Amino acid sequence: MSIFLALTFSGVALGAVYFLAASGLSLIYGLMDILNFAHGLFMTLGAYAAWDVATHLPASWGAPTLFGVALVASILGGALAAGLTEVLIIRHLYARPVSQILVTIGLDLAVVGLLLGGFGSNSLSVPVPLWMMEASKVGSVNLPNADFVALSAGVVVLVALEWFLARTRFGITIRAGVENRTMVSALGVNVGRAFTLVFVIGGAMAGLAGLLYSVVFSGDLVSPTQGDSLLIFAFIVVVIGGLSSIRGSAIAALLVGLVQDYTNFYLGTHPGFAEIGNLSVVLLLAVVLEWRPRGLLGRAL
Amino acid sequence: MNAVEVRDLNVTLGGSHVLQGVTFDVPAGGVTALLGRNGVGKTTTLRALLGIVERRGEVRLLGTDTTGLATHRVVRLGVGYVPEDRDVFSDLSVEENLRLAEQRSDPLYDEVFALFPELKERARQRAGTLSGGQQQMVAIARVLLNGWPLLLVDEPSKGLAPLLVSELADVLERVAERSTILLVEQNLALVKRLASRVIVLDHGEVVHTGSSAELADESLARRFLGVTSGA
Repeated sequence: MSIFLALTFSGVALGAVYFLAASGLSLIYGLMDILNFAHGLFMTLGAYAAWDVATHLPASWGAPTLFGVALVASILGGALAAGLTEVLIIRHLYARPVSQILVTIGLDLAVVGLLLGGFGSNSLSVPVPLWMMEASKVGSVNLPNADFVALSAGVVVLVALEWFLARTRFGITIRAGVENRTMVSALGVNVGRAFTLVFVIGGAMAGLAGLLYSVVFSGDLVSPTQGDSLLIFAFIVVVIGGLSSIRGSAIAALLVGLVQDYTNFYLGTHPGFAEIGNLSVVLLLAVVLEWRPRGLLGRAL
Repeated sequence: MNAVEVRDLNVTLGGSHVLQGVTFDVPAGGVTALLGRNGVGKTTTLRALLGIVERRGEVRLLGTDTTGLATHRVVRLGVGYVPEDRDVFSDLSVEENLRLAEQRSDPLYDEVFALFPELKERARQRAGTLSGGQQQMVAIARVLLNGWPLLLVDEPSKGLAPLLVSELADVLERVAERSTILLVEQNLALVKRLASRVIVLDHGEVVHTGSSAELADESLARRFLGVTSGA
């Protein structure tokens, strides 16, 4: 039983990271109809920004402080990358969906290539506090402290995002724009600013997801292609949850994290079943789409 | 002074030349109706004035050349738009629909709720669950909040029960005391009650401008609108 509980907790933590990766993608598609294949790049750049800051600051600051700064750097790094992408590239490609897909894929490939050229293919280590490598005993179960960090980040971002979308004028603009952005403009609202803001918010969450994925599930290592790996699961979460639904993304992310964790543990150790966790996620996607083609909480396609 | 000046306005949609050199003026004050059969380009004209659809030609609204201006900038000149299908945001509450439309620091909520007290009572209700008449109230309230001097109103009576159309006419009459209204409307009785001038479109061109009293002429109504003047 304790193994099952530990697995469940780990799956929920993995789901929290998937949620961070997917929610921005979902918002960007919902408001702007843009399938942003550069979203994985924002995750990677967020993680690299965190690594760069944490390894160039004096070690005397102490690991907890450095990790805190790294968290902020990942958010800012992802947000900056996303903001620049929207202003310099996407803004000029509205209503050209094929161009958007090709350009965002190209941007991802080019920057990942630059990272490989600049930093090499070896993974880089992000310094983390000692307590994050330890576990806490809850009842009879030992739960990794790093999972608590991922879960807390996911919950904080979910609550903050729900509040932002429900209570602020920008949030109302984004929700209205998902329904009918022409009419938002016809009320005198500058939808272009909302587009940029959604990209920046999505990029910030992606950057955070990139760092947390590194420190919680990749042995504190940052690599140039990590964002692309995570992007596949982010897309699956968005489709399962329903395009443009933040709550849908949160539920879908939990499902994907749990299914992947359970199947990896219970079936993945059998010979030839090493990738069963990934396969199970694809099966989950197929089942949900067969049952609800719009996803769990999505609008009509 | 004219509130709207349109010269040689052309719009092509999906390969179809919908507006073919439309030219007209709308004098400041009162209601001017834009009439024509279905599909002649009335709604497209309003959307072209706002820059929602790509256009060629010259448009001056409230004395400002709006050629090349983005839609939100045109609106901020003081131009309110009530679209044909209301286009309220169905997932947003009534309150949120109104809040989104606020463009001045002191939105005129007192005036809006005096005209539509029901909206105050239903502030928390999702707009998608409102009746057609209530959604029309929201659509009109969104532009009244800002006290815009020019309103483009597209078929406000569409789908409304006769009693609601009468109430709507009362509201538009009061609004027209302060703002210029360019009204697209199929309901000729409503047009005759509200409008002092009419502009008739046919096949993407202006074919007649004049006083709304001329609508009493059977031949004019039948020729351009396909209805009898008593409709």
